[in-house]
Amino acid sequence: MSTAMMTISSSRRSAHRITALSRAEGVLLRRNRLALLTAVALPAAMVYALKAAPSAVDADRPGGAGAILLTGLMAFTLLFAVYYNLVTALVGRREQLVLKRLRTGETTDSEILAGTAAPAIAIAWAQIAVAAVAAVAVFGLAPPANPVLALVALVLGTAVFALLAAVSSAVTRTVEMAQVTTLPVLIVPFALSGLMFPLAMLPEPVRSVAQALPLTPVVELMRLGLTGTAADGHHLGLAASFGAASVPVLVLAAWTAAGAWAARRWFRWEPRR
Amino acid sequence: MLVGMDDTGIITVRDLRRRYRGTGGLGFDAVWGVCFSVRRGELFALLGTNGAGKTSTMEVLEGLALPAQGTVRVLGRDPYRERALVRRRIGIMLQEGGFASDLTVAETGRMWAGTLSAPRPVAEALDLVDLGHRAGVAVRSLSGGERRRLDLAMAILGRPEVLFLDEPTTGLDPESRRRTWQLIRDLLGSGTTVVLTTHYLEEAEELADRLAIMHQGQIVRTGTPAEVAASQPARISFELPEDWREPVPDIAGTPASVTGRSVLLQTQDLQRTLTALLGWANSRDLVLGALDARSTSLEEAFHAVAASGGEPINLNHNTEDVAA
Repeated sequence: MSTAMMTISSSRRSAHRITALSRAEGVLLRRNRLALLTAVALPAAMVYALKAAPSAVDADRPGGAGAILLTGLMAFTLLFAVYYNLVTALVGRREQLVLKRLRTGETTDSEILAGTAAPAIAIAWAQIAVAAVAAVAVFGLAPPANPVLALVALVLGTAVFALLAAVSSAVTRTVEMAQVTTLPVLIVPFALSGLMFPLAMLPEPVRSVAQALPLTPVVELMRLGLTGTAADGHHLGLAASFGAASVPVLVLAAWTAAGAWAARRWFRWEPRR
Repeated sequence: MLVGMDDTGIITVRDLRRRYRGTGGLGFDAVWGVCFSVRRGELFALLGTNGAGKTSTMEVLEGLALPAQGTVRVLGRDPYRERALVRRRIGIMLQEGGFASDLTVAETGRMWAGTLSAPRPVAEALDLVDLGHRAGVAVRSLSGGERRRLDLAMAILGRPEVLFLDEPTTGLDPESRRRTWQLIRDLLGSGTTVVLTTHYLEEAEELADRLAIMHQGQIVRTGTPAEVAASQPARISFELPEDWREPVPDIAGTPASVTGRSVLLQTQDLQRTLTALLGWANSRDLVLGALDARSTSLEEAFHAVAASGGEPINLNHNTEDVAA
């Protein structure tokens, strides 16, 4: 057998193992009515809020309410559907000794994490897809200026917040404690993401810090991708939008690398004794 | 690949040490200087009190932990560094492992089977542990014993060549324990190699081809159950009459230890000492009260080790090739 063929057959087996785990996680999620209800209710509530109170949003913003809905919902799902849900899922599985058992099988460590994360990510992406449809149908969102950047924001953003969840689970002893340990990641990046207020309002050192946080580049890439508008309000062409995307992409890549390193270093598979 | 083909040592452990970091920089050795080998198709039991180092040793064999020192080979390979290659050929039943409580028994089995290279049918594995009729029940509704059997079903689902069982019958009722023993015997009969820890001496006596008794992180006795039992002297005890004033002589060269009226003889040759004792009593027309003579059992050997600590003794000369 050639090396390439062996790689293919081993990655097929790996995919098979991840599927088996995520299928079981999916069954568990379906049985968790509250989580499902939240998943459906969140995009619906946001559409309703934006529709009912159009004056609350700056309709002159490029892309209007449709872009705000899609960008805001992506930020919310990355924080709650991906990050918060995964912290509680990982801590819960660890404290029930489920992770410990999974490690006795053929599944590798990263496959266990991927299998556990897959259903939460699937729900998050489904919510974003629903929001995208609503943004077009209800708010008449125009076709995106650079769809590649929106996709990059989705994929890298998901990777960063899934890895941050693995790191946070290491300092979270119980599922209840997750309500406290997740607050820094839930509050700080969101407050300084540019969704609450334009970052241009901030003095210089603070603005740079805000741009280095993990959610800000997601929002920037979404604005660039959906409307082609740079941080300073200039409208950019397709080629220029790629150039403007380089800094936020680098920030997200750095967070992914740091998250992967920290998760490898500190992740706990068993409860502390 | 000579090592892989060496049937005498399907598992070899040499000079194993495991160290835990303690508070304030003080660590302690949970396991040290442990050597043994397990042959293809046999059941090797690790016995010991809680904290003796059984699970710490098992975790290294299972590839869950790296030793601080020493070498471990399972099926000729390093179980930690070559985990992917070793894992598909072994089955592991942890002393404590968890299930997602909202999945049913069958869903749990299907999930586990989906992660294995060559699983047997889930229904077959559940039937082997008498859980077939509980397939549709949520794991949260199982009794402790049923969860333990589900644990075992998961461990044998991949048709392992080597099976690691960490206290497999703890929490089982006597009937389930008997059935688990029968299943383990059947697996041995089909060629599976089994490493088992237990603190039920009866279980080791019933199942083990060879065993090792661990105490404070070391192996202090090893051999067949009969050999380990024979490492302790047989005991004869009796009581002297109240009016007896003479000292008790050595019986067949065995010194008697006298406490008040109670006398204890410890001997390696029970028949000879007992014959001599009865001859002496007859000649003095002496009635020995509460006379009790017993050859040693594994249980006595075990308790003697637990009480004294015991110097390491290797009774099984066949394991010398491991040390070489």
